[in-house]
Amino acid sequence: MLGNFDYSVILRSLPFIWGGMVLTLQLTALAVTGGLLLGVVIALLRLSPLKPVSWLAAFYVNFLRSMPLILVIFWFYTLVPKLIGSSISGFNSVLLAFVMFEAAYYSEIIRAGISSVRRGQISAAMALGLTKLQSMRYVVLPQAIRNMIPVLLTQSIIMLQDTSLVYVVGLRDFLTTADVVASRDNRPIELYGMVAIVFLVVCFSMSRLVGLLRRRYAL
Amino acid sequence: MGSYNWNWPILLKSPYFGWIVSGFEYTCLIAVLAWLIAFPLGSAIGIARSVDNRFARAVGTFYVDIFRNIPLLVQMFLWYFVVPELLPHDLGRWVKRDMPYPQLTTAIFCLGLYTASRVAEQVRSGLGAIGEGQRYAGMAMGLTGFQVYRYVLLPVAYRIIIPPLTSEFLGVFKNSSLALTIGVLELTSQARQIEEYTFASFEAFTVATVLYCAVTLLVILLMRVIEGRTRIPGTITVGG
Amino acid sequence: MKLMFAALLGSLTLAVLPMAASAQDGPTMKRIAETKTFTIGHRDASVPLSYIGPDGKAQGYSIDICLKIAEAAKEELKLDKMEVKFVPLTPQTRIPLLTAGTVDIICESSTHTIGRSRQIAFLSTTFLTGSKLLVRKDSGIKSLDDMNGKALVAALGTTNEKAAQVEIDRKGIKLKGGEIIKVKDHSQAMLNLDQGRADAYVSDDVVLFGLASAAKNPAEWEVVGPYFSYDPYGMMIARNNDDFRLVGDATIARLVSSGEMQKIYDKWFMPGPTNINYPMSDRLKTNMGLVALPE
Repeated sequence: MLGNFDYSVILRSLPFIWGGMVLTLQLTALAVTGGLLLGVVIALLRLSPLKPVSWLAAFYVNFLRSMPLILVIFWFYTLVPKLIGSSISGFNSVLLAFVMFEAAYYSEIIRAGISSVRRGQISAAMALGLTKLQSMRYVVLPQAIRNMIPVLLTQSIIMLQDTSLVYVVGLRDFLTTADVVASRDNRPIELYGMVAIVFLVVCFSMSRLVGLLRRRYAL
Repeated sequence: MGSYNWNWPILLKSPYFGWIVSGFEYTCLIAVLAWLIAFPLGSAIGIARSVDNRFARAVGTFYVDIFRNIPLLVQMFLWYFVVPELLPHDLGRWVKRDMPYPQLTTAIFCLGLYTASRVAEQVRSGLGAIGEGQRYAGMAMGLTGFQVYRYVLLPVAYRIIIPPLTSEFLGVFKNSSLALTIGVLELTSQARQIEEYTFASFEAFTVATVLYCAVTLLVILLMRVIEGRTRIPGTITVGG
Repeated sequence: MKLMFAALLGSLTLAVLPMAASAQDGPTMKRIAETKTFTIGHRDASVPLSYIGPDGKAQGYSIDICLKIAEAAKEELKLDKMEVKFVPLTPQTRIPLLTAGTVDIICESSTHTIGRSRQIAFLSTTFLTGSKLLVRKDSGIKSLDDMNGKALVAALGTTNEKAAQVEIDRKGIKLKGGEIIKVKDHSQAMLNLDQGRADAYVSDDVVLFGLASAAKNPAEWEVVGPYFSYDPYGMMIARNNDDFRLVGDATIARLVSSGEMQKIYDKWFMPGPTNINYPMSDRLKTNMGLVALPE
């Protein structure tokens, strides 16, 4: 088997696989954006003094975090269309699944970031005469954001890897396009190997970058 | 789109009920066995990353970098479709055919190795959270390096990382669903299969969801008890 | 968050309430007219019915028929222009995508069954086949009876998987590993077979001939066994959809009457781009006569 590799199969199918890569990147970018926005909202709701509100938010987070992502993808893929009763593309169903799922994780990171700022600082800010909003804006958030950015970035790298799970519903992402070529041309070693190396290079460099950021901006 | 025909009783009918049970058993089996690989291996790698020996640290870092930066699903395909082809012919053939339960074994092995990289990170951060002072104190008392780890650092580190280790275990439990991509009929896969046979997608997915949530809840409660029992008063804790 | 839950709960309740069935005209034609797109669902490796060609585009016997239906729909709706879009599917995703309206028609190798007809509808049968096994020539396997102690792979959610299971239970065949290996689609199944993880792949014989003809070395493979299921293929469309169904069935009838169907058949099967060489069976010829309704 060794010495029997045919790398030209990758070159020949490059445009097709590149299309998959574009879908992977689009899905990641949109899911990160949507997940962050929804995550902020949920984190704020969880920190709400109104008990039922924070309880509901906590339920949402814990519920989604106890489900495998694959099952969440299947749920959304099969059932969202049934629920909303109108046409929705596979991509959008999956995107919605990722946004809802990742928001649960992002919200936990954001909540932890805000909670990591000591209570005493808020008291001190308020003692200085700042309003509650001002102390949040000028004292808590700048520190909280610094604390959470590396973790949010790390979660986003995981999210990039997680997008490969759309394979289970046959959406044409990077892995799935490579898989189509792998079975069509019967070259699983070359194709799966290439996917692994590309992910490894991209995610490794990104995590090193995050590490650098963390050291540079740590408080 | 029209009405949805609810059909809850179908889940109790043969063979569907049996499918759910067997799917759940596979899911638990994969999670537990993979954890039995991940915990010791991950601990060893985590410790390797904390010792003074540069070679050990490099090996540990290399392992973690490789396994954490390739999507788990891709790793699954590598172990299933690529590695056996690269092995010597007879061994490859054994892995593909004669090894007991080839799909299941591959899935457990793959998940175990992946989770080990995550456990290693937790163990390392647990060890890092203990002040250097304790290490030196142990050394000063005449303990060997091994003894310092065995009697001083590890007992504290493991207690500190109970919460993150709990989520890693739950991670392996949830990730066991990826085994379906190489043909293991675990819980999620059985839910899909019931959907294929009965079109009762809502019901099938609900059962799977409830089972996943129940196990998660159970594990969290259990670990809270263990955490409470083993807590050392006055020590730091690391957030999950 | 609360709102989102309320919305979710609301939609759940809506889904439970049976909605009044509208008239016979379905949503598909209206959607095609509004969006000026005709969306075809296809498969990756149902050679030569519906598969990805070397250029990365969907092609095949079923696709060609559907392109004719698309033309007819465009004419029926008097659209000046209409785009034809392709969406890849797997056996597990096709029905949800169709009921969701993501695709207008599914053109591949789907068997018309009573169970599926409860969820979706089928156009006139355009192909007939049945379950057989694909094996290596030197494997010595001639039918399911030879599968004791051997590994069998099937695509999850196919009629073949179910038919094979029934046969295995009935005949008391003991497979290696105790169960059929169930994978996502044809290509995963072929990969399992080619790497020697499975000894046989159960699917419709035409698909198996197609896979064998497209393999690296077609001479290594053999399709064996008597049929143990009857699989009439039809294009899938949404239910309660009489106007679209009429366009589809009329197109098929006219294709047969005009002789064009035979040309499409010959293009893909005689010998076809992958050299499959699968002449039209007498049964299929009879079927074609039956679906060719007069004007």
